[in-house]
Amino acid sequence: MIRDITLGQYYPGDSWFHRLDARVKIIWTFIYIVSLFLIRDFWGYVIVLVTLALIIGISRVPLNFILKGLKPIFLIIIFTFVINMFMTKGTPLIEIGFLTITKEGLRNAFFMGTRLVLLIIGSSILTLITKPIQLTDGIEKLLSPLQKFGLPSHELAMMMTIALRFIPTLLEETDKIMKAQMARGADFESGNIMRRAKSLIPLLVPLFISAFRIAQDLAMAMEARCYRGGSHRTRMNGMRLRKRDGVAALLIILYLTLIIVQAQGILSLLMMSVIQLIQAA
Amino acid sequence: MQIQVKNLYHIYSEGMPYESVSLEDVSFEIEKGEFVGVIGHTGSGKSTLIQHLNGLLKPKSGQILIDGIDITSGEVKMSDIRRRIGLVFQYPEYQLFEETVHKDVAFGPMNLGLSQEEIDIRVKKAIELVGLNYDEIGQRSPFELSGGQKRRIAIAGVIAMEPEILILDEPIAGLDPKSHADILEMIKVIHSVNNTTIIIVSHNMGDIARLTNKILVLDSGKLVMVGTPAEVFSQADYIESLGLGLPPSAHLMNELRKRGVPVSRDILNIDEAEEELYRLLKQIEGKIDA
Repeated sequence: MIRDITLGQYYPGDSWFHRLDARVKIIWTFIYIVSLFLIRDFWGYVIVLVTLALIIGISRVPLNFILKGLKPIFLIIIFTFVINMFMTKGTPLIEIGFLTITKEGLRNAFFMGTRLVLLIIGSSILTLITKPIQLTDGIEKLLSPLQKFGLPSHELAMMMTIALRFIPTLLEETDKIMKAQMARGADFESGNIMRRAKSLIPLLVPLFISAFRIAQDLAMAMEARCYRGGSHRTRMNGMRLRKRDGVAALLIILYLTLIIVQAQGILSLLMMSVIQLIQAA
Repeated sequence: MQIQVKNLYHIYSEGMPYESVSLEDVSFEIEKGEFVGVIGHTGSGKSTLIQHLNGLLKPKSGQILIDGIDITSGEVKMSDIRRRIGLVFQYPEYQLFEETVHKDVAFGPMNLGLSQEEIDIRVKKAIELVGLNYDEIGQRSPFELSGGQKRRIAIAGVIAMEPEILILDEPIAGLDPKSHADILEMIKVIHSVNNTTIIIVSHNMGDIARLTNKILVLDSGKLVMVGTPAEVFSQADYIESLGLGLPPSAHLMNELRKRGVPVSRDILNIDEAEEELYRLLKQIEGKIDA
């Protein structure tokens, strides 16, 4: 049950995208997120969807696996959708009591909803096709120029590595404690919100204690092996940019250009003129 | 027949690239009042199997009948099953959460919807049954107790629900020799009181041989052997090929046999071993005399 959460999980594979340098993938994700906010009409989403479809197709992550990751934020999507639908002013379509659905509202609702869904899918792909360790190595490398300004990039990356490393451990722990309490007749699924919140105490108290115990053990183990963060650490697998990373960079630039061109309306203008040309001929 | 398991299959992470068959065509029966041991090396499916027995995991296919009622069908109420089948997990002390020992042990009975007086009686009984003094520790925080005491309290939390079948997953893992002996003694007492059926998972073959009257041997999800301790451990080479050990006395006898000493195959405990060695010595003496 608790294992269904796919956000932040890695899906093992050996595709072209899996093998890309993590830095390239992080930058791509950044550009992807920014691009979603540049888009102003549904045609822009077509470009995004095609790009996503290509990435998902080539990296062979099953679609239902990705969609499962949307489940936890389903409520937020619905909320955004409803708020947009009712709160946008414009030409009314339907009136239900004091609530009015406007044409603009409906458009906004779909627009924002799509943006949210694409945002989550795009960023979950990053973690699905990148090993957590590579991901944090990538972040560390990307942040390292900021070290000059006093940003502890290694420590930040280490914290992230540890956090990511312990997600499955804590999920497993949660699963175990949940089962143990269920064996003692605990019920996590029924009742109203207050009852349900209260029923979480037998789960959360042991979980917190476990988390502290795990953290303490880890700190001890790291100290026993003389860990001290900082600049003189070398790594086993150095990161090197390869040819495919160059290709990927070009693809990213192509993608961004397409989005900007589309957002400025130049693409539709071009299309129109092409159609006009064809018609003239 | 109290427990009847028929052709049980279970698959972990189905539909994922790392899916694995964790139980394959497992069938066995357990009578009321039996003391059953489950052995198998890590990852052989022991924990998966026992979690099926009280409905925490659902099988892919197959049936589990408790007194003839199929608990894998959707119609059975889970609370009824958990009332009747108690499950003590590995390291159960990690599930303690209440402010006082009393409240923690009362958690199970409370979920059963019992009256306050009934709960109080049961809590007291359970704590005494696991060999602790209720008046002394009832109102203390479970977190200030020692490791062995914590584990007993956690077990008391399940016993207080007064299950007809008690399943324990490695109840002695990580305990010192004294707590180890105490906990086993306690399990024996629980078994004799109310004729509770006990199912115990353990890597300690000596305990298994001494306590149980039936052993289930699991290997990579398959039930490869069912029998009395004597039957199971007489197949010394096979058991060792599964990555399992033998009870200390049986191990000694097996090693002696390998060196050509003609000792019997069905020796499980120190008394039998002593008798056998004595018999052998007398035989040799007789030969020398003659």
